[in-house]
Amino acid sequence: MSEPYVPILFMLGLGFAFAALSVFTSLVVGPKRYNRAKLEAYECGIQPSPQAAGGGRIPIKYYLTAMLFIVFDIESVFLYPFAVAFNKLGLFALVEMVLFILTVFVAYAYVWRRGGLDWD
Amino acid sequence: MSLSTAAYDIALSLPAGVTGLAPANDNPVADFSDTPWWVALIKAVGVFVYLLLSTLLVIWFERRVIGRMQQRPGPNRNGPFGLLQTLADGMKSMLKEDITPANADRIVYTTAPLIAATMAFVSFAIIPLGGTVSIFGHETPLQITDVPVAVLLVLAVASVGVYGIVLAGWSSGSTYPLLGGLRSTAQVISYEIAMGLSLVAIFLYSGSMSTSQIVAAQSSLWYILPAFFSFAVYVITMVGETNRLPFDLAEGEGELTGGFHTEYSAMRFAMFYLGEYVNMFTVSALATTMFLGGWQAPPFIAAIGDGALNGGWWGLLWFTIKLWMFMFFFVWLRGSLPRVRYDQFMRFGWRFLIPITLAWVVAVAFIRGAQLGFLGQGTFTIGGRELSVATVVIVSIVAVIALAAAWIWDDKRAEREAAAEFNPPEEIDPFEGGFPVPPLPGQRLREPSGLAVGSGAASREPVTSSVTSTLTSSPVKEETHG
Repeated sequence: MSEPYVPILFMLGLGFAFAALSVFTSLVVGPKRYNRAKLEAYECGIQPSPQAAGGGRIPIKYYLTAMLFIVFDIESVFLYPFAVAFNKLGLFALVEMVLFILTVFVAYAYVWRRGGLDWD
Repeated sequence: MSLSTAAYDIALSLPAGVTGLAPANDNPVADFSDTPWWVALIKAVGVFVYLLLSTLLVIWFERRVIGRMQQRPGPNRNGPFGLLQTLADGMKSMLKEDITPANADRIVYTTAPLIAATMAFVSFAIIPLGGTVSIFGHETPLQITDVPVAVLLVLAVASVGVYGIVLAGWSSGSTYPLLGGLRSTAQVISYEIAMGLSLVAIFLYSGSMSTSQIVAAQSSLWYILPAFFSFAVYVITMVGETNRLPFDLAEGEGELTGGFHTEYSAMRFAMFYLGEYVNMFTVSALATTMFLGGWQAPPFIAAIGDGALNGGWWGLLWFTIKLWMFMFFFVWLRGSLPRVRYDQFMRFGWRFLIPITLAWVVAVAFIRGAQLGFLGQGTFTIGGRELSVATVVIVSIVAVIALAAAWIWDDKRAEREAAAEFNPPEEIDPFEGGFPVPPLPGQRLREPSGLAVGSGAASREPVTSSVTSTLTSSPVKEETHG
């Protein structure tokens, strides 16, 4: 294979074909009995609320978690090439990496101090 | 742009004396030159079937082992030892009605399980399952493909798989799935950081992100030893990533019914189920590849017959054994541990795992730098073994820092525990807080000296019991509490 990424698509195609075929078969084979109560949102037997909690909107806490995730995920993405090329880059890269981690750590300490890591 | 290139040039020119230590390149060592596309397709089908059969088997295995742990037999009716139980369950869910709730967003609701199941399979494309074998006359590695950024690809695919969960939760138009989907997303992305950071140590040792190269680099020493702490962090985060007990907060039955898949039924539900188990295999396979030498035989077996059992199709056997050790570990956890609380879980991830893994990465970088000779080339000899001065010094410093940190940590915890220890007073006023409080063991109740029911005027007299004063002041207290 000259193009190493193509076999990944084989796997993707197989997985998708299997999932789609299973769901489709189940749609064809399975019974269909209409019942209005069955189609209501499940709330353990009590009268369901017309919409999901908070009108289906997402609490701000999760947004904050997602933002923090981006910060630290980018940090680890920067650490990957450093780690892979470390044996070619030498002492310079080591010092740079420590400085970089310290810089991000300042942001981390700030977020911690301001309560960004408190869940409640 | 030019600035960064200049920095790179400086970096390359600085350690001119040590570039000879570096491997020639960081590309995969597995040779795919003799692999036409149809052989790759055969291998893909083979891995796909391997995964499906493993999933069928592991669900049965889990239920049987959990059964034994709880002193009951587990499923044993369908087929020998109940082996066909999972197949029967699959057939049953296919013959059930596929419900789409009235509130649901139809398109997203249908797409979500497809994303979850499809993405679970993709990562396995870069996992090396064995050595080089011959398939229809073509010499090819027992691995679908390998790329220079293979491990990064696994993390990326896992991130896309999260979409299946969050979209399922959102599109159901119901409260429990929404909360479950959100929890699951926050959980997976939080633990993915610590997981990603724990793998940096491996890349520092192997100098590559290609899985075949990482496996080849472990031929003399499995990375579980030099990167033991990374292994511990990885094992914790892989349980968090796959939403398994004790971290299955996304589908905690007691609080969220079924979490993100509450509204799903029939085969769409089965797709989430399948995705979860295939994901367990994927993270276990990655752990095997990164820390346990991949498909390589254990050292004492590898020594037999000059490596006769260490390659080719034999690799598949060792790989499968290592994989199932992790699966047993998953089941074992589920059989032993209760679910953690969500805020504790998030705190553990953000406040403990991330900083301590970062510190570990720095420590490994220094140790690795010393080993590669960046911190000085001096050596000395003890007992016939030549040791680098820098390595010994750095390892000692890391050990001292780790010990000191552990000591301070222990001290602080003892202090906290001492502070938290509560000595109840011998005598209490049961109505002090505005509502009756029962006494703790060994406590006496203070007897009210006079009874004043509903008399506000009596409160001025000093003999009045605290009951009255509490009653009159209670609205104020409620305000402060509110």
